[in-house]
Amino acid sequence: MFEVIFLQFLNGLDKGAAYALIALGLTLVFGTLGVVNFAHGALFMLGAFCAVLFRQFLTLETVTLDPEKLSPWGAPLEIREPLVQAWFGDFGAVLVNYSVPASIIITIPIMLLVGIGLERGIIKHFYKRPHAEQILVTFGLAIVAQELIKSFFGPNPIPQPMPSDLRGAADIGAFLGMQANVITYPIWRLIYFLFSFVIIGGVFAFLQFTTFGMVVRAGMADRETVGLLGINIDRRFTIMFGLAAVVAGIAGVMYTPLLPPNYHIGMDFLVLSFVVVVVGGMGSLPGAVAAGFLLGILQSFASMTQVKALIPGIDQIIIYLVAVVILLVLPRGLFGRRGVMEA
Amino acid sequence: MTLLKRGLSRRRMLQTGMAGIIGTGVAPLMFTKGAWAQEFCNNPTGDTVTFGLNLPLTGAYAEEGADEQKAYELAVKHLNGEGDGGLINVLTPTALKGNGILGKKVAFVTSDSQTKADVARAGATRMIERDGAIMVTGGSSSAEAIAVQGLCQEMGVVFMAGLTHSNDTTGKDKRRYGFRHFFNAYQSGIGLAPVITEAYGTDRKAYHLTADYTWGWTQEESMKNATEALGWETVQAVRTPLGAGDFSQFLTPVLNSGADVLILNHYGNDMVNSLTQAVQFGMRDRQANGKDFQIVVPLFSELMAKGAGANIKGIFGTSNWHWNLQDAGTIAFTKSFGAAYGAPPSQAAHTAYVQALLYADACERAGTFYPPEVIKALEGFEFDGMGNGPTLYRAEDHQCIKNVLVVQGNDNPTSEYDVLNIVQEVPRDLVAYDPAIFGGDLGPAEPAPMC
Repeated sequence: MFEVIFLQFLNGLDKGAAYALIALGLTLVFGTLGVVNFAHGALFMLGAFCAVLFRQFLTLETVTLDPEKLSPWGAPLEIREPLVQAWFGDFGAVLVNYSVPASIIITIPIMLLVGIGLERGIIKHFYKRPHAEQILVTFGLAIVAQELIKSFFGPNPIPQPMPSDLRGAADIGAFLGMQANVITYPIWRLIYFLFSFVIIGGVFAFLQFTTFGMVVRAGMADRETVGLLGINIDRRFTIMFGLAAVVAGIAGVMYTPLLPPNYHIGMDFLVLSFVVVVVGGMGSLPGAVAAGFLLGILQSFASMTQVKALIPGIDQIIIYLVAVVILLVLPRGLFGRRGVMEA
Repeated sequence: MTLLKRGLSRRRMLQTGMAGIIGTGVAPLMFTKGAWAQEFCNNPTGDTVTFGLNLPLTGAYAEEGADEQKAYELAVKHLNGEGDGGLINVLTPTALKGNGILGKKVAFVTSDSQTKADVARAGATRMIERDGAIMVTGGSSSAEAIAVQGLCQEMGVVFMAGLTHSNDTTGKDKRRYGFRHFFNAYQSGIGLAPVITEAYGTDRKAYHLTADYTWGWTQEESMKNATEALGWETVQAVRTPLGAGDFSQFLTPVLNSGADVLILNHYGNDMVNSLTQAVQFGMRDRQANGKDFQIVVPLFSELMAKGAGANIKGIFGTSNWHWNLQDAGTIAFTKSFGAAYGAPPSQAAHTAYVQALLYADACERAGTFYPPEVIKALEGFEFDGMGNGPTLYRAEDHQCIKNVLVVQGNDNPTSEYDVLNIVQEVPRDLVAYDPAIFGGDLGPAEPAPMC
């Protein structure tokens, strides 16, 4: 039984890391700009499609027709040769194999530009508008983004293979000195967990230990006073929006081997990440991380047959049930601050 | 007095009365012969007849929906005498002439069902009420099929189901106005169980992950019954939500459950995701109970196999049809479809195409679009040449009885389409069953409801 519980806990950590990472950007934007950004899921989706686009470029092929051989429907058979591998040789093959992590290189500048463009172009006009209007406009943006992706890439999921060296499962039990082949877990999920950990840690460190971060935190606490000190806080907040977009984007990139992305993937995560942010406390970074892990672990355990035998269907409602209970007991969420969204 | 004496005799009265009765009662019937033809839903009065294509173009089964749409468009072309005629040339017997249906050109309208039963029902309603669809067809989910065929029964419109595999579609939820060409979960179980017990042995412990809706339930039940009858034990059967995406929380308990076979009662994107993630969990490299751990996917399609890539290699399942069969019907359809779209058709495309042709043929044979007559023409219809061997549209439950294919992921594919091998063609006599075992009531064909 220990191994079953341990594996389920590991799965909860893995899920929780993903939830926390996705919710981090959402709460970052709310904490700095005060905007409830319902386009955050779309940013996750756009990041995932940066990986798709990058791989499609790397796997471009030349097509020649072989009139000697015919397909079952009588057309000359297509002979396909990879183009990029022909250019770069072995390095091209390695690049194709590692296309998912490599695509982070193009995702960062793309998402930074998307984020800054979005904030300057549309969202800044809604700072002083009611939250309901912010939700409407950002939700509308999300729908536009997903329809654009659908028209370019189609409605079907596009599988993104993980690097061949990182496929399969790691024997964690043997690593911890226990029996071999009992506690095994997919290598890529462990990588995603570590990746989330590094990114979350990096964002915290950036806000905690840099001058830029200190100014941003000061702006979050009292925007007007920071402005009166002659600091252009708006520009810093714009950069924070870009940073949130980058975090969402690279979270999307690294998730593609686990779940083939389609145009709807962002919407699937949006509701979940919003619940994570609310449970954690609007605008609270530690809250988002704690709530992400809490909900991930609870969801994982709720999916166990022993638990479902006691409470049928609990796996479907656990997240919302916990959210209701926490908000009843702690109306501001786990780490919510007084005055946030209480005006 | 005089008058009475002269003319109004008993004989005269009878003659006059009879003439009146004939004149006012019987004669109009001569002019209204076939008047019932005017009294049914969406009776086509112009020179076209409209099919309503209800397709999951988004959602978990979107890929199947897109392929079905291509097949319907091809079927409409062939029915209207365009292209190479496809399966019209090989269907026997047939009344189709390649000039539309009963002299009317075939048109179609489309609705995206989003792989959701309520959206499918709303789309079908719209196509019947607004677009005048004479027949509704399509769907890649049994929940959709059952919802839409119930609606079609209420509205008096024939429903030719697309890809639906639940036993309930032609079982407890069967309807007089609904017809299914695709095989069902029971037939998958009966066909597949002997093959996998022979390959993996009779001493196996199975763990089921099951899509939590009508198809998944009946697929799980059918596989459990068929494998347990041959000696397997079912360790656990766990329901997963349709479109779950991440199945990891359902896969981790499999690892130490004591099972040595994982049966994935999933289809479409769910199957691609759950199989890919199961492989990521190392299940295909694992040993359990001293045996190699195995994965089985009872319902396969080549579209899913393509999506799952190398993960599908060596995995057993069943299919309704495969483009690699070598009969005249399959060759003709693969040629037509491939020439039009540059890829071989999927089983979803095949069943969609066949259903469109069978409906058109039934109208031609009935000589009318009046649904009760079309239904009579389809019930008990025995045909051949459509790629599945001799096939019977069974009158008792509107289920097609034909051969079932057991397939296996190809270890050495020669092209991106060469993903499945046909292991066995199970004869239809072996997968036929008593329609009474799944209950249900077809309901009446007449009086035809008016939409």
